Amino acid sequence: MVDVALQASGISIAEQIDRAKVLERLRLGDVAFRHITRAAAVTVLVILGGIIVSLVWGSLPALRTFGVSFLYEEVWNPVTEKFGAIAPIYGTVVTSLIAMLIAVPVGLFIALFLTELCPMWLRRPIGIAIELLAGIPSIIYGIWGLFVFAPFLQQYVQPFLITIFGPIPVLSTLFEGPPYGIGIFTAGLILAIMVLPFITSISRDVFEAVPPVLKEAAYGLGCTTWEVARYVVLPYARVGVIGGVMLGLGRALGETMAVTFVIGNAHRISGSLLAPGTTISATIANEFTEAVGDLYTSSLIALGLILFLITFVVLAIARLMLMRLNARVGV
Amino acid sequence: MARAPSLYASRRRRNAITMGLSFGATAFGLSWLVLILAVLLWEGFSGLSLAVFTEMTPPPGAAGGLLNPIMGSLVMTTIAVLIGTPLGILAGTYMAEYGRYDKLTSVVRFINDILLSAPSIVIGLFVYEIMVAQMGHFSGWAGAVSLAVIVVPVVVRTTEDMLTLVPDTLREAAASIGLPRSLMIQKVAYRAARAGMITGVLLAIARISGETAPLLFTALNNQFWSLDLNAPVASLPVVIFQFALSPYKDWQSLAWTGALIITMAVLALSIIARLLAAQRRSS
Repeated sequence: MVDVALQASGISIAEQIDRAKVLERLRLGDVAFRHITRAAAVTVLVILGGIIVSLVWGSLPALRTFGVSFLYEEVWNPVTEKFGAIAPIYGTVVTSLIAMLIAVPVGLFIALFLTELCPMWLRRPIGIAIELLAGIPSIIYGIWGLFVFAPFLQQYVQPFLITIFGPIPVLSTLFEGPPYGIGIFTAGLILAIMVLPFITSISRDVFEAVPPVLKEAAYGLGCTTWEVARYVVLPYARVGVIGGVMLGLGRALGETMAVTFVIGNAHRISGSLLAPGTTISATIANEFTEAVGDLYTSSLIALGLILFLITFVVLAIARLMLMRLNARVGV
Repeated sequence: MARAPSLYASRRRRNAITMGLSFGATAFGLSWLVLILAVLLWEGFSGLSLAVFTEMTPPPGAAGGLLNPIMGSLVMTTIAVLIGTPLGILAGTYMAEYGRYDKLTSVVRFINDILLSAPSIVIGLFVYEIMVAQMGHFSGWAGAVSLAVIVVPVVVRTTEDMLTLVPDTLREAAASIGLPRSLMIQKVAYRAARAGMITGVLLAIARISGETAPLLFTALNNQFWSLDLNAPVASLPVVIFQFALSPYKDWQSLAWTGALIITMAVLALSIIARLLAAQRRSS
């Protein structure tokens, strides 16, 4: 019976090596392998810990100099070395909100199409196409946004928005000013396209997990497809959908390259969505290599720390929600 | 009786409207893929020539190619995969084989899922702090390490998932003929999960080959031919970033060509990965 083990360890039986010795070596190998894999698993935790520690360490000079005011000051002046994070934080939050406002309804409708309406033979191709959209690197969205999408918006969409929302009180401020093409609004739209696949594929998976019996019962009562989706599928899948949305939000908050191309990099908060702005990640990407002086570098790292904390919380909520859903499906 | 037909009609109407919306949403979502690919092919294909793969990046106004960034990307991606894959596979092995139900595994799984979608620019900052700031200069090694940090969670996730799918009967059969556990994992479980694990590695390569943000301040960029990993190394995404934002026409068209190359490589990788996964499912 030990023959297999002997062969596996590369020792021919002809050599007549002491059986106990071989078994001892195998046992040691077993223990060693177990510990190596355990160490690798712990390394994942060490990486996360390392990220947090190094970011905190790097941002200490800035946090010590500016204190809490770093969080709400708008000034960003490398010459006088005065830095505040509120403009990039505002840009990050607003672009992500625009993205979610568009991507969530569209993503849910696509998921509805894929699970309820689409003929079977078309489901896989469309699903794969949507997932390919998720695989396109963000720099491609960036270069496409800069050369194709932004000029298009500037020429056709933004003038239109300015004219129709002009007479309406609140909306006129949101869509005010010259159509630059690049700005918060464009960045939000690009982010919407980028997070759409994530929201779609998770919603689809969650919708598919709804027990057919429930849907069939509703159809049997005479419900329309929309009523089944609205009153049976959506309530059942709610937790998972929220998890998927949060996952998409996490992506949108941290997205760098696509935004950097089209946001305009202006450190100010403007009432108009069409004006250029900046986000945390775009600021870091644009300025980090050119930052001179410890305080400047440290302020940028502090921005990175803020971004990491925000996304960590959002992603953690997303995972907890999806885990809760899995637990329920498991039961 | 008079109300009932109108109620039916309004329900039917509402259904038709929302179903129309979901058709529209799908067409809307797919049209972006078509639009992006069409523009990429249109803009990038004209610049595609042999020179792109044989010449260095040019100064503004001159002809040239993308040889040094392509090589830089290949080298850094290879090193990142060589570092990240074993680490990820081992961690995934622990989670699926040894500690499937213990506390450590659930913590690692949770953290790993967060790392999976953590902003890549933050990973760049992390590697800048631990490598670039300590060594005092930008380097290809730092770039490769930051990419490896992105590879690890992808590989951990797929390895764990794929090993969990391996039927326990296979493990029991291996144990019953006296195979030690470590050999059972290496000779039986890995072999059964091989296709899925390769898929994970391919997806990880697809993911990092387009990554720009973590390379910006680790590997930086290099105008010249250099495979010295202790010095700044050019990479395709960073060169695209630099060239696209430049005012020079020929730099911009090289950026489009580079974008086309990356996208085709990434799409090819993810399609191969999917085919592998599908093959596994059908067998």
